[in-house]
Amino acid sequence: MAKQHIMFKLNGQPIDALVEPRELLVYVIRDQLGLTGTHVGCDTSHCGACTVDLNGQSVKSCTVLAIQANKGEVLTVEGLADASGLHALQQSFIDEHGLQCGFCTPGMLVRAYRFLQENPNPSDEEIRVGMAGNLCRCTGYQNIIKAVKSAAQKLQQA
Amino acid sequence: MIPSGFEYHAPSSVNDALKLLAEHDNAKILAGGHSLLPMMKLRFAEPDHLVDLNGVAELKGIRLDGDTICIGAMTTESELIASEVLREHCPLIVDVAKLIADPQVRNKGTIGGDIAHGDPGNDHPALMLALDAELLIRNSQADRVVPAADFFLGTYWTALEEGEILTEIRVPVFQPHTGYGYNKLKRKTGDFATAASPVVLTLDGDSCRDIRIGLTNVAPMAIRATAAEDLLRGQVITDSLIEQAAEKVMAACEPVEDLRGDVEYKTHMAAEMARRSMRDALERARS
Repeated sequence: MAKQHIMFKLNGQPIDALVEPRELLVYVIRDQLGLTGTHVGCDTSHCGACTVDLNGQSVKSCTVLAIQANKGEVLTVEGLADASGLHALQQSFIDEHGLQCGFCTPGMLVRAYRFLQENPNPSDEEIRVGMAGNLCRCTGYQNIIKAVKSAAQKLQQA
Repeated sequence: MIPSGFEYHAPSSVNDALKLLAEHDNAKILAGGHSLLPMMKLRFAEPDHLVDLNGVAELKGIRLDGDTICIGAMTTESELIASEVLREHCPLIVDVAKLIADPQVRNKGTIGGDIAHGDPGNDHPALMLALDAELLIRNSQADRVVPAADFFLGTYWTALEEGEILTEIRVPVFQPHTGYGYNKLKRKTGDFATAASPVVLTLDGDSCRDIRIGLTNVAPMAIRATAAEDLLRGQVITDSLIEQAAEKVMAACEPVEDLRGDVEYKTHMAAEMARRSMRDALERARS
Protein backbone atom coordinates (compact mmCIF):
# COMPACT_ATOMS: atom_id res chain seq x y z
CA MET A 1 0.00 0.00 0.00
CA ALA A 2 1.19 3.49 -0.79
CA LYS A 3 2.66 5.51 2.02
CA GLN A 4 0.78 8.59 3.07
CA HIS A 5 2.04 11.86 4.34
CA ILE A 6 0.97 12.79 7.88
CA MET A 7 1.72 15.80 10.03
CA PHE A 8 1.35 16.11 13.76
CA LYS A 9 2.94 17.72 16.80
CA LEU A 10 5.10 15.45 18.89
CA ASN A 11 6.00 16.95 22.26
CA GLY A 12 5.35 20.37 20.77
CA GLN A 13 7.56 19.85 17.70
CA PRO A 14 6.00 19.68 14.22
CA ILE A 15 6.57 16.29 12.61
CA ASP A 16 6.24 15.16 9.01
CA ALA A 17 6.19 11.45 8.38
CA LEU A 18 5.42 9.00 5.60
CA VAL A 19 3.47 6.05 6.93
CA GLU A 20 1.59 3.06 5.63
CA PRO A 21 -2.01 3.13 6.88
CA ARG A 22 -1.40 -0.14 8.72
CA GLU A 23 1.43 1.29 10.84
CA LEU A 24 0.55 1.69 14.50
CA LEU A 25 1.35 4.94 16.26
CA VAL A 26 3.78 3.40 18.75
CA TYR A 27 5.97 1.92 16.02
CA VAL A 28 6.14 5.19 14.09
CA ILE A 29 7.11 7.05 17.28
CA ARG A 30 9.74 4.48 18.22
CA ASP A 31 11.17 3.18 14.96
CA GLN A 32 10.74 6.06 12.55
CA LEU A 33 10.97 9.08 14.85
CA GLY A 34 13.44 7.48 17.26
CA LEU A 35 11.70 8.30 20.53
CA THR A 36 11.99 4.99 22.35
CA GLY A 37 10.70 6.16 25.72
CA THR A 38 7.26 4.84 24.83
CA HIS A 39 7.41 1.08 25.33
CA VAL A 40 5.68 -1.85 23.68
CA GLY A 41 4.62 -4.34 26.32
CA CYS A 42 1.76 -6.65 25.42
CA ASP A 43 0.93 -5.09 22.03
CA THR A 44 -2.73 -5.96 22.75
CA SER A 45 -3.92 -2.80 24.59
CA HIS A 46 -3.87 -4.42 28.02
CA CYS A 47 -0.65 -3.36 29.74
CA GLY A 48 -0.54 0.40 29.13
CA ALA A 49 3.25 0.62 28.62
CA CYS A 50 2.61 2.30 25.25
CA THR A 51 0.31 4.99 26.71
CA VAL A 52 0.70 8.39 25.07
CA ASP A 53 -1.39 11.53 25.14
CA LEU A 54 -3.26 12.08 21.85
CA ASN A 55 -5.20 15.34 21.53
CA GLY A 56 -5.47 15.67 25.30
CA GLN A 57 -6.52 12.09 26.02
CA SER A 58 -4.62 9.05 27.22
CA VAL A 59 -4.58 6.30 24.58
CA LYS A 60 -2.74 3.05 24.06
CA SER A 61 -0.56 3.75 21.02
CA CYS A 62 -0.27 0.07 20.10
CA THR A 63 -3.95 0.16 19.17
CA VAL A 64 -4.14 3.51 17.36
CA LEU A 65 -3.04 3.89 13.75
CA ALA A 66 -0.36 6.49 13.18
CA ILE A 67 -2.50 7.95 10.41
CA GLN A 68 -5.17 8.66 13.04
CA ALA A 69 -2.75 11.10 14.68
CA ASN A 70 -2.67 13.18 11.49
CA LYS A 71 -3.11 16.88 12.35
CA GLY A 72 -3.13 15.97 16.03
CA GLU A 73 -0.94 16.52 19.06
CA VAL A 74 0.98 13.72 20.72
CA LEU A 75 2.79 13.83 24.04
CA THR A 76 5.21 11.09 25.09
CA VAL A 77 7.33 10.65 28.20
CA GLU A 78 10.12 12.58 26.46
CA GLY A 79 7.86 15.65 26.56
CA LEU A 80 7.38 15.72 30.34
CA ALA A 81 10.67 17.21 31.51
CA ASP A 82 11.55 20.78 30.49
CA ALA A 83 14.55 23.09 30.76
CA SER A 84 13.95 23.51 34.48
CA GLY A 85 14.29 19.76 35.09
CA LEU A 86 12.14 16.72 35.68
CA HIS A 87 8.37 16.95 35.82
CA ALA A 88 6.95 16.71 39.37
CA LEU A 89 5.62 13.24 38.51
CA GLN A 90 9.03 11.98 37.43
CA GLN A 91 10.63 13.29 40.64
CA SER A 92 7.87 11.74 42.74
CA PHE A 93 8.31 8.34 41.08
CA ILE A 94 12.01 8.53 42.06
CA ASP A 95 11.34 9.78 45.59
CA GLU A 96 8.57 7.29 46.35
CA HIS A 97 10.25 4.34 44.61
CA GLY A 98 7.40 4.10 42.11
CA LEU A 99 9.44 1.81 39.86
CA GLN A 100 11.87 -1.05 39.92
CA CYS A 101 12.65 -2.34 36.42
CA GLY A 102 11.12 0.78 34.86
CA PHE A 103 9.50 -0.86 31.87
CA CYS A 104 5.98 0.34 32.69
CA THR A 105 7.15 3.75 33.91
CA PRO A 106 6.82 5.80 30.68
CA GLY A 107 3.20 4.70 30.32
CA MET A 108 2.55 5.26 34.02
CA LEU A 109 3.97 8.79 33.86
CA VAL A 110 2.12 9.86 30.73
CA ARG A 111 -1.17 8.40 32.03
CA ALA A 112 -0.65 10.01 35.45
CA TYR A 113 0.12 13.34 33.75
CA ARG A 114 -3.27 13.33 32.01
CA PHE A 115 -5.09 11.85 35.02
CA LEU A 116 -3.91 14.69 37.28
CA GLN A 117 -5.25 17.20 34.76
CA GLU A 118 -8.60 15.44 34.87
CA ASN A 119 -8.52 15.12 38.64
CA PRO A 120 -5.92 17.39 40.29
CA ASN A 121 -6.64 16.27 43.86
CA PRO A 122 -7.50 12.57 43.74
CA SER A 123 -8.09 10.11 46.56
CA ASP A 124 -6.14 6.84 46.64
CA GLU A 125 -9.19 5.03 45.29
CA GLU A 126 -9.57 7.50 42.43
CA ILE A 127 -5.89 7.03 41.55
CA ARG A 128 -6.40 3.26 41.46
CA VAL A 129 -9.34 3.63 39.08
CA GLY A 130 -7.62 6.32 37.00
CA MET A 131 -4.42 4.27 36.62
CA ALA A 132 -6.22 0.94 36.09
CA GLY A 133 -5.10 0.71 32.46
CA ASN A 134 -1.41 0.47 33.37
CA LEU A 135 0.12 -2.74 34.66
CA CYS A 136 3.28 -2.99 36.78
CA ARG A 137 4.82 -6.37 37.64
CA CYS A 138 7.41 -5.03 40.12
CA THR A 139 6.09 -2.55 42.61
CA GLY A 140 2.76 -3.97 43.75
CA TYR A 141 1.37 -0.51 42.89
CA GLN A 142 1.51 0.95 46.43
CA ASN A 143 4.46 3.18 45.67
CA ILE A 144 2.99 4.21 42.34
CA ILE A 145 -0.15 5.38 44.15
CA LYS A 146 2.04 7.26 46.63
CA ALA A 147 4.06 8.85 43.82
CA VAL A 148 0.96 10.06 41.96
CA LYS A 149 -0.49 11.44 45.18
CA SER A 150 2.74 13.17 46.10
CA ALA A 151 3.02 14.71 42.64
CA ALA A 152 -0.59 15.90 42.89
CA GLN A 153 0.25 17.73 46.11
CA LYS A 154 3.38 19.30 44.60
CA LEU A 155 1.51 20.41 41.50
CA GLN A 156 -1.29 21.91 43.60
CA GLN A 157 1.22 23.95 45.59
CA ALA A 158 3.09 25.09 42.50
CA MET B 1 2.26 -7.19 15.39
CA ILE B 2 1.24 -5.34 12.26
CA PRO B 3 -2.03 -5.71 10.35
CA SER B 4 -1.97 -6.65 6.69
CA GLY B 5 -2.16 -3.77 4.24
CA PHE B 6 -5.31 -1.78 3.63
CA GLU B 7 -6.40 1.51 2.21
CA TYR B 8 -7.48 4.07 4.80
CA HIS B 9 -10.45 6.39 4.40
CA ALA B 10 -11.51 9.13 6.80
CA PRO B 11 -14.91 10.48 5.71
CA SER B 12 -16.45 13.45 7.50
CA SER B 13 -20.11 12.53 7.00
CA VAL B 14 -22.27 9.42 7.23
CA ASN B 15 -23.24 9.79 3.58
CA ASP B 16 -19.60 9.86 2.49
CA ALA B 17 -18.92 6.81 4.67
CA LEU B 18 -21.86 4.98 3.06
CA LYS B 19 -20.53 5.82 -0.39
CA LEU B 20 -17.11 4.45 0.52
CA LEU B 21 -18.68 1.24 1.83
CA ALA B 22 -20.68 0.89 -1.39
CA GLU B 23 -17.68 1.57 -3.65
CA HIS B 24 -15.24 -0.84 -2.03
CA ASP B 25 -15.36 -4.57 -1.54
CA ASN B 26 -14.10 -6.02 1.71
CA ALA B 27 -14.36 -2.72 3.57
CA LYS B 28 -14.64 -2.51 7.36
CA ILE B 29 -15.76 0.31 9.60
CA LEU B 30 -13.24 1.54 12.17
CA ALA B 31 -14.81 2.94 15.36
CA GLY B 32 -12.71 2.83 18.55
CA GLY B 33 -10.61 0.08 17.05
CA HIS B 34 -10.04 -1.88 20.25
CA SER B 35 -11.74 -4.98 18.89
CA LEU B 36 -10.99 -4.58 15.18
CA LEU B 37 -7.30 -3.61 15.29
CA PRO B 38 -6.33 -6.54 17.57
CA MET B 39 -8.22 -8.87 15.20
CA MET B 40 -6.39 -7.33 12.24
CA LYS B 41 -3.02 -7.76 13.97
CA LEU B 42 -3.81 -11.45 14.37
CA ARG B 43 -5.02 -11.55 10.73
CA PHE B 44 -8.42 -12.78 11.88
CA ALA B 45 -9.66 -9.75 9.96
CA GLU B 46 -7.96 -8.59 6.75
CA PRO B 47 -10.05 -5.78 5.27
CA ASP B 48 -8.81 -4.16 2.07
CA HIS B 49 -10.38 -0.86 3.08
CA LEU B 50 -10.83 0.74 6.48
CA VAL B 51 -13.46 3.46 6.80
CA ASP B 52 -12.63 5.45 9.94
CA LEU B 53 -15.72 7.10 11.46
CA ASN B 54 -13.79 9.09 14.07
CA GLY B 55 -14.02 12.25 11.95
CA VAL B 56 -17.81 12.05 11.52
CA ALA B 57 -19.09 14.68 13.94
CA GLU B 58 -22.78 13.86 13.36
CA LEU B 59 -22.21 10.44 14.97
CA LYS B 60 -21.13 11.93 18.28
CA GLY B 61 -23.02 13.28 21.24
CA ILE B 62 -25.91 12.65 23.59
CA ARG B 63 -29.16 14.59 23.45
CA LEU B 64 -32.59 14.41 24.98
CA ASP B 65 -35.52 14.33 22.57
CA GLY B 66 -38.72 14.31 24.64
CA ASP B 67 -38.74 11.00 26.51
CA THR B 68 -35.95 9.52 24.43
CA ILE B 69 -32.20 9.77 24.88
CA CYS B 70 -30.40 9.78 21.53
CA ILE B 71 -26.79 8.66 21.65
CA GLY B 72 -24.56 8.99 18.60
CA ALA B 73 -22.94 5.66 17.75
CA MET B 74 -19.41 7.13 17.89
CA THR B 75 -19.87 8.45 21.43
CA THR B 76 -17.03 7.05 23.55
CA GLU B 77 -17.37 5.22 26.85
CA SER B 78 -15.61 8.15 28.55
CA GLU B 79 -18.21 10.51 27.09
CA LEU B 80 -21.03 8.28 28.35
CA ILE B 81 -19.54 8.37 31.85
CA ALA B 82 -19.24 12.16 31.78
CA SER B 83 -22.78 12.75 30.46
CA GLU B 84 -25.11 14.78 32.69
CA VAL B 85 -28.09 13.71 30.57
CA LEU B 86 -27.34 10.04 31.22
CA ARG B 87 -26.64 10.54 34.92
CA GLU B 88 -30.01 12.18 35.29
CA HIS B 89 -32.17 10.10 32.95
CA CYS B 90 -30.47 6.72 32.54
CA PRO B 91 -27.67 6.26 35.09
CA LEU B 92 -27.46 2.54 34.31
CA ILE B 93 -25.53 3.33 31.12
CA VAL B 94 -23.00 5.29 33.17
CA ASP B 95 -22.60 2.41 35.63
CA VAL B 96 -22.05 -0.07 32.82
CA ALA B 97 -19.55 2.12 30.96
CA LYS B 98 -17.46 2.59 34.13
CA LEU B 99 -16.90 -1.17 34.29
CA ILE B 100 -15.74 -1.49 30.67
CA ALA B 101 -12.00 -1.97 30.11
CA ASP B 102 -9.79 0.85 31.47
CA PRO B 103 -9.51 4.65 31.09
CA GLN B 104 -7.36 4.61 27.95
CA VAL B 105 -9.57 2.08 26.19
CA ARG B 106 -12.72 3.95 27.26
CA ASN B 107 -11.31 7.07 25.57
CA LYS B 108 -11.36 5.21 22.25
CA GLY B 109 -14.10 2.59 22.61
CA THR B 110 -17.54 3.64 21.39
CA ILE B 111 -21.06 2.53 22.28
CA GLY B 112 -21.85 1.87 18.62
CA GLY B 113 -18.72 -0.18 18.03
CA ASP B 114 -19.41 -2.22 21.14
CA ILE B 115 -22.94 -2.98 19.94
CA ALA B 116 -22.23 -3.51 16.23
CA HIS B 117 -19.34 -5.90 16.84
CA GLY B 118 -21.84 -8.51 18.07
CA ASP B 119 -19.50 -9.95 20.68
CA PRO B 120 -21.56 -11.60 23.47
CA GLY B 121 -18.77 -10.62 25.88
CA ASN B 122 -19.29 -6.91 25.24
CA ASP B 123 -21.29 -5.02 27.85
CA HIS B 124 -23.61 -2.84 25.78
CA PRO B 125 -25.58 -5.57 23.97
CA ALA B 126 -27.23 -7.00 27.10
CA LEU B 127 -27.66 -3.44 28.36
CA MET B 128 -29.51 -2.48 25.18
CA LEU B 129 -31.85 -5.45 25.74
CA ALA B 130 -32.46 -4.46 29.36
CA LEU B 131 -33.14 -0.85 28.33
CA ASP B 132 -35.41 -1.85 25.43
CA ALA B 133 -33.31 0.40 23.19
CA GLU B 134 -33.87 1.09 19.52
CA LEU B 135 -30.98 1.07 17.08
CA LEU B 136 -31.02 3.47 14.16
CA ILE B 137 -29.32 2.07 11.07
CA ARG B 138 -28.64 3.92 7.84
CA ASN B 139 -27.94 2.53 4.40
CA SER B 140 -27.66 4.26 1.05
CA GLN B 141 -31.45 4.19 0.59
CA ALA B 142 -32.93 5.01 3.99
CA ASP B 143 -32.87 4.92 7.75
CA ARG B 144 -34.36 1.96 9.53
CA VAL B 145 -35.00 1.32 13.20
CA VAL B 146 -34.32 -2.09 14.71
CA PRO B 147 -35.37 -2.87 18.29
CA ALA B 148 -32.43 -4.20 20.32
CA ALA B 149 -34.50 -7.36 20.83
CA ASP B 150 -34.16 -8.11 17.09
CA PHE B 151 -30.56 -6.96 16.61
CA PHE B 152 -28.32 -9.59 18.19
CA LEU B 153 -28.50 -12.76 16.10
CA GLY B 154 -25.41 -14.71 17.14
CA THR B 155 -21.72 -14.41 17.88
CA TYR B 156 -20.33 -11.56 15.73
CA TRP B 157 -23.67 -11.64 13.91
CA THR B 158 -26.18 -8.78 14.05
CA ALA B 159 -29.04 -7.34 12.02
CA LEU B 160 -26.58 -4.95 10.34
CA GLU B 161 -26.35 -5.71 6.63
CA GLU B 162 -23.34 -5.20 4.38
CA GLY B 163 -22.85 -1.52 3.66
CA GLU B 164 -24.95 -0.29 6.59
CA ILE B 165 -23.90 1.91 9.50
CA LEU B 166 -25.31 1.94 13.02
CA THR B 167 -25.78 5.67 13.57
CA GLU B 168 -27.74 6.20 16.76
CA ILE B 169 -28.88 4.42 19.90
CA ARG B 170 -32.26 5.49 21.26
CA VAL B 171 -33.07 4.76 24.87
CA PRO B 172 -36.26 5.66 26.74
CA VAL B 173 -35.67 7.83 29.83
CA PHE B 174 -36.32 6.05 33.11
CA GLN B 175 -39.92 6.41 34.26
CA PRO B 176 -40.72 7.21 37.92
CA HIS B 177 -40.44 4.22 40.29
CA THR B 178 -37.83 2.62 38.06
CA GLY B 179 -34.77 0.98 39.57
CA TYR B 180 -31.72 -0.52 37.95
CA GLY B 181 -28.70 -2.62 38.70
CA TYR B 182 -25.55 -3.80 36.95
CA ASN B 183 -23.29 -6.46 38.39
CA LYS B 184 -20.31 -7.84 36.52
CA LEU B 185 -17.86 -10.52 37.49
CA LYS B 186 -14.48 -10.15 35.83
CA ARG B 187 -11.13 -11.63 36.68
CA LYS B 188 -9.32 -8.32 36.42
CA THR B 189 -9.63 -4.81 35.04
CA GLY B 190 -9.79 -4.93 31.27
CA ASP B 191 -11.10 -8.47 31.06
CA PHE B 192 -14.43 -9.36 29.52
CA ALA B 193 -17.15 -10.43 31.93
CA THR B 194 -17.16 -13.99 33.20
CA ALA B 195 -20.84 -13.13 33.58
CA ALA B 196 -22.75 -9.89 33.96
CA SER B 197 -26.37 -8.82 34.26
CA PRO B 198 -28.11 -5.48 33.75
CA VAL B 199 -31.61 -5.25 35.23
CA VAL B 200 -34.28 -2.56 34.82
CA LEU B 201 -37.36 -2.76 37.04
CA THR B 202 -40.45 -0.56 37.29
CA LEU B 203 -42.80 -0.78 40.26
CA ASP B 204 -46.52 -0.11 40.38
CA GLY B 205 -47.15 0.37 44.09
CA ASP B 206 -45.52 -2.67 45.64
CA SER B 207 -45.79 -4.92 42.64
CA CYS B 208 -43.51 -5.27 39.66
CA ARG B 209 -45.05 -3.61 36.62
CA ASP B 210 -42.19 -4.54 34.32
CA ILE B 211 -38.72 -6.00 34.54
CA ARG B 212 -36.01 -6.74 31.98
CA ILE B 213 -33.03 -8.93 32.84
CA GLY B 214 -30.09 -8.95 30.43
CA LEU B 215 -27.25 -11.49 30.45
CA THR B 216 -23.71 -10.94 29.17
CA ASN B 217 -21.28 -13.61 27.92
CA VAL B 218 -23.28 -16.70 28.84
CA ALA B 219 -24.78 -17.49 25.43
CA PRO B 220 -23.79 -17.09 21.74
CA MET B 221 -25.18 -13.57 21.96
CA ALA B 222 -26.52 -11.19 24.60
CA ILE B 223 -29.87 -12.50 25.83
CA ARG B 224 -32.74 -11.68 28.12
CA ALA B 225 -33.88 -14.07 30.83
CA THR B 226 -37.52 -13.86 29.75
CA ALA B 227 -38.78 -16.78 31.87
CA ALA B 228 -37.36 -15.09 34.96
CA GLU B 229 -38.99 -11.81 33.92
CA ASP B 230 -42.38 -13.52 33.42
CA LEU B 231 -42.15 -15.00 36.89
CA LEU B 232 -41.64 -11.56 38.49
CA ARG B 233 -43.93 -9.37 36.37
CA GLY B 234 -47.14 -8.45 38.24
CA GLN B 235 -45.85 -9.88 41.51
CA VAL B 236 -44.72 -8.36 44.78
CA ILE B 237 -41.04 -9.29 44.59
CA THR B 238 -39.77 -11.21 47.60
CA ASP B 239 -36.46 -12.92 48.36
CA SER B 240 -37.99 -16.27 47.57
CA LEU B 241 -39.27 -15.02 44.19
CA ILE B 242 -35.79 -13.67 43.39
CA GLU B 243 -34.42 -17.14 44.16
CA GLN B 244 -36.94 -18.72 41.81
CA ALA B 245 -36.07 -16.15 39.15
CA ALA B 246 -32.37 -16.94 39.59
CA GLU B 247 -33.18 -20.59 38.80
CA LYS B 248 -34.84 -19.44 35.57
CA VAL B 249 -31.77 -17.33 34.76
CA MET B 250 -29.60 -20.42 35.06
CA ALA B 251 -31.91 -22.33 32.75
CA ALA B 252 -31.47 -19.59 30.12
CA CYS B 253 -27.65 -19.76 30.14
CA GLU B 254 -25.64 -21.64 27.52
CA PRO B 255 -22.06 -20.55 28.23
CA VAL B 256 -18.96 -22.04 26.63
CA GLU B 257 -16.16 -23.30 28.83
CA ASP B 258 -12.97 -21.25 28.56
CA LEU B 259 -10.23 -19.78 30.77
CA ARG B 260 -12.87 -17.83 32.70
CA GLY B 261 -14.54 -20.99 33.94
CA ASP B 262 -16.52 -24.08 33.11
CA VAL B 263 -20.18 -24.20 32.16
CA GLU B 264 -21.48 -24.84 35.68
CA TYR B 265 -19.41 -22.04 37.24
CA LYS B 266 -20.41 -19.49 34.61
CA THR B 267 -24.07 -20.47 34.89
CA HIS B 268 -24.01 -19.99 38.66
CA MET B 269 -22.14 -16.71 38.38
CA ALA B 270 -24.68 -15.41 35.85
CA ALA B 271 -27.45 -16.22 38.32
CA GLU B 272 -25.56 -14.47 41.12
CA MET B 273 -24.98 -11.35 39.03
CA ALA B 274 -28.69 -11.31 38.09
CA ARG B 275 -29.70 -11.88 41.72
CA ARG B 276 -27.60 -8.91 42.86
CA SER B 277 -28.87 -6.69 40.05
CA MET B 278 -32.50 -7.62 40.82
CA ARG B 279 -31.95 -6.69 44.48
CA ASP B 280 -30.22 -3.41 43.54
CA ALA B 281 -33.00 -2.56 41.10
CA LEU B 282 -35.73 -3.31 43.64
CA GLU B 283 -34.07 -1.21 46.31
CA ARG B 284 -33.62 1.74 43.94
CA ALA B 285 -37.18 1.46 42.59
CA ARG B 286 -38.54 1.62 46.16
CA SER B 287 -36.51 4.69 47.18
